[in-house]
Amino acid sequence: MAEVLAAADLGVLLGALRARGYRVVGPRVAAGVIQYAELDDAGDLPHGWTDEQAPGRYRLARRDDDAYFGYAVGPHSWKRELLPPRVRLWQASRDGLAVEEEETDYQPTAFVGVRPCELAAIAIQDRVFLDGRFADRDYAARRADVFLVAVECGSPSSLCFCSSLGTGPGATDGFDLALTELHAGEHRFLVRSGSSAGNAVLADLPTRPAARADLETAEQVVEAAARAQAGRFAAEDVHDLLLRNLESPHWDAVAERCLSCGNCTLVCPTCFCTHVEDTSSLDGETAARDRVWDTCFSLRYAEMHGGNTRPTTRARYRQWLTHKLATWEDQFGTSGCVGCGRCIAWCPAAIDIRAEVAAIRQEDAHAHA
Amino acid sequence: MRTLDAVITDSPVFEGLTQEQLELIGGCASNVGFEAGERLFREGDRADAFFLVRHGLVSLEAYVPNRGPITVETIGPGEIVGWSWLVPPYMWHFTGRAVDDVRAVQFDGACLRRKCDDDPVLGYELLTRFALVLVDRLQATRLQLMDVYGDNVG
Amino acid sequence: MAPLPYVVARKRRETRDVWTLELEPVDEAIEQIRPGQFTMLYRFGVGEAPISSSGDPELGFRLVHTMREAGQVTRGLCAAKPGDLVGVRGPFGNAWPVDTARGKDVVFVAGGIGLPPLRGAVYDVLAHRNGFGRVVLLYGGRSPGELVFRSDVERWRSRLDVDVEVTVDTAGHDWRGNVGVVTKLIPRAPFDPANAVAFVVGPEIMMRFAAAALIERGLPQESLWISMERTMRCGVGLCGHCQLGPTLICRDGPVYRWDEMRPWLEVAAL
Repeated sequence: MAEVLAAADLGVLLGALRARGYRVVGPRVAAGVIQYAELDDAGDLPHGWTDEQAPGRYRLARRDDDAYFGYAVGPHSWKRELLPPRVRLWQASRDGLAVEEEETDYQPTAFVGVRPCELAAIAIQDRVFLDGRFADRDYAARRADVFLVAVECGSPSSLCFCSSLGTGPGATDGFDLALTELHAGEHRFLVRSGSSAGNAVLADLPTRPAARADLETAEQVVEAAARAQAGRFAAEDVHDLLLRNLESPHWDAVAERCLSCGNCTLVCPTCFCTHVEDTSSLDGETAARDRVWDTCFSLRYAEMHGGNTRPTTRARYRQWLTHKLATWEDQFGTSGCVGCGRCIAWCPAAIDIRAEVAAIRQEDAHAHA
Repeated sequence: MRTLDAVITDSPVFEGLTQEQLELIGGCASNVGFEAGERLFREGDRADAFFLVRHGLVSLEAYVPNRGPITVETIGPGEIVGWSWLVPPYMWHFTGRAVDDVRAVQFDGACLRRKCDDDPVLGYELLTRFALVLVDRLQATRLQLMDVYGDNVG
Repeated sequence: MAPLPYVVARKRRETRDVWTLELEPVDEAIEQIRPGQFTMLYRFGVGEAPISSSGDPELGFRLVHTMREAGQVTRGLCAAKPGDLVGVRGPFGNAWPVDTARGKDVVFVAGGIGLPPLRGAVYDVLAHRNGFGRVVLLYGGRSPGELVFRSDVERWRSRLDVDVEVTVDTAGHDWRGNVGVVTKLIPRAPFDPANAVAFVVGPEIMMRFAAAALIERGLPQESLWISMERTMRCGVGLCGHCQLGPTLICRDGPVYRWDEMRPWLEVAAL
């Protein structure tokens, strides 16, 4: 059952979450972008702000309304919470090589403002870290008590292509609560629950039952968001397309532009590669292991004794793109891309994953014509 | 012990030759034996023969100052030793030595060259077969040159 | 997953820069490791490296690992003395499908330090010798001084029910064995390609040439298995480093059927 929450009561939702012991994290403006950070109250949300995005470009801009979630996505994604850039795994003492794993009693956290594409990204990382033969201990601990407040997307950027991948702009499942921000008439949110935890929180809110008009307006918001990005990416057959074009000359063309900086992997909500750092204290009595984000664009990523298995930018870009859109499926049974457009906005060389795939597709059609 | 002809006929190198051709080749062949350590031929000497190894191992070695004799390859049963008889200046490039007791069929290169000159069909057949031997040897040498074990860790 | 402390019980020098460590659990042991699988070995404060098991599977909880001093971690591990502690995580990866060779000829082809990952499977086959047809081991090294497990190889060679051929890339006068690449031994090795299974380990380029020679001999691609190597950080399929095309080598490998891996080896720098 859907309910309606007045925009002015959004703070009540944040308060209800806090009252249940959740640390509340959501979007707020900082450093010229919309980041995910702890929220004290609804005033911290980026109301009245939007983001203008283009390949290699991201700018905040004022909206002509008071929307709380009137932007697409910023450089942060929820993997910062679930797979932080640096995590201590364990410490050990030389004496007896006694290894002590880090405590993982993390405070339950509510993610507020999770886009449908980000729900999909979390589901993808869940498959990687939880569904295999070995589950990741730290990820599992952080993920266990997360409360997901999704917000359906009403303001896709020019880079978004979730509708081509079926990951948005509407939220169908995988959330505790899903909001749709409605402006027509009263500024309000349509609220749906997707879990028993969501039901419990919803019961605490000063809502009224949704009327048919509320539901229709919400549908229109999502439909408009989908329409806005129609035809931006042709996903059909992309797995086979890429794998039969591993020697395409187009990889050389991308390599001429790619700086191999790894920004795309840092902002990507699904990229999960990590490196470990082993350190020891100055007296040599204790040692520790940290896990830090890595990127397949770094030189040492594929370094083996006696050489590097991906010594060129061509090889590294090909690895990233084909992993994201093709071999991820073989490895984890799902695509690694959710169509959020972050890798395009934050690429200093303005490389557009959609355009690269389209170029390969065109070349492939040519070759097989 | 099998006859010389049978050994030649069964050798993969000569597989598919006609009876007549095999007889021509057999006319240039003789059984030979070498004791362990004995030289089959010496680097720089005139190459007037090749060998089909029947038993034992033949090493091809080169003398490297400061290091002594270095074995570059060994050739075992069923394999051919020597192709220098085929091409001018008909000179051995390495020294061939019996690693252990070796029995082989020796082919007289000058005799075979004469027969090939007289019978170009036979010459073509033999050249094709030796080209295969050379290609195999070249591929193996290339792999050897890569020194692939240098950096591998299991 | 945190490393468990193991003590270096024995240490043996195989070659100038290759060592074998025998490890015993201090307290808790990892699950029984099977031939083909690997562990992540941790040297205190230095780091971890994936190392194949080279032990006889009958050894139980004692782990045997053979490694070359190649990087910081393996140098640290090779410097460990009996009584020193190292950390162990594992066992990881899959094992040699030795059972698929039951009733058939078994051909082991090892290049360089590729013998250690096969050693456990050789032990396994010889422990159940009657269950197999002919057993062939072809082992190629760089030089006589760089051959590992010489006493094992000599013992196997002296058996009447195992055919062992050893070859080196280069040798002096005192070497009385084969000289040449290991693939040269394949054409005349005594096995029936139509009814054999081959297990091949070595540098990737050597495995490609060996596979070509085995297939040329008539061995079906489906009867040919190799063991792969890539950089690994986690050993459990979560760090991304060891991926090669559709597969994560630590998780889905390191042992692969040749026809499954071949297409990905043919693409340079994948």
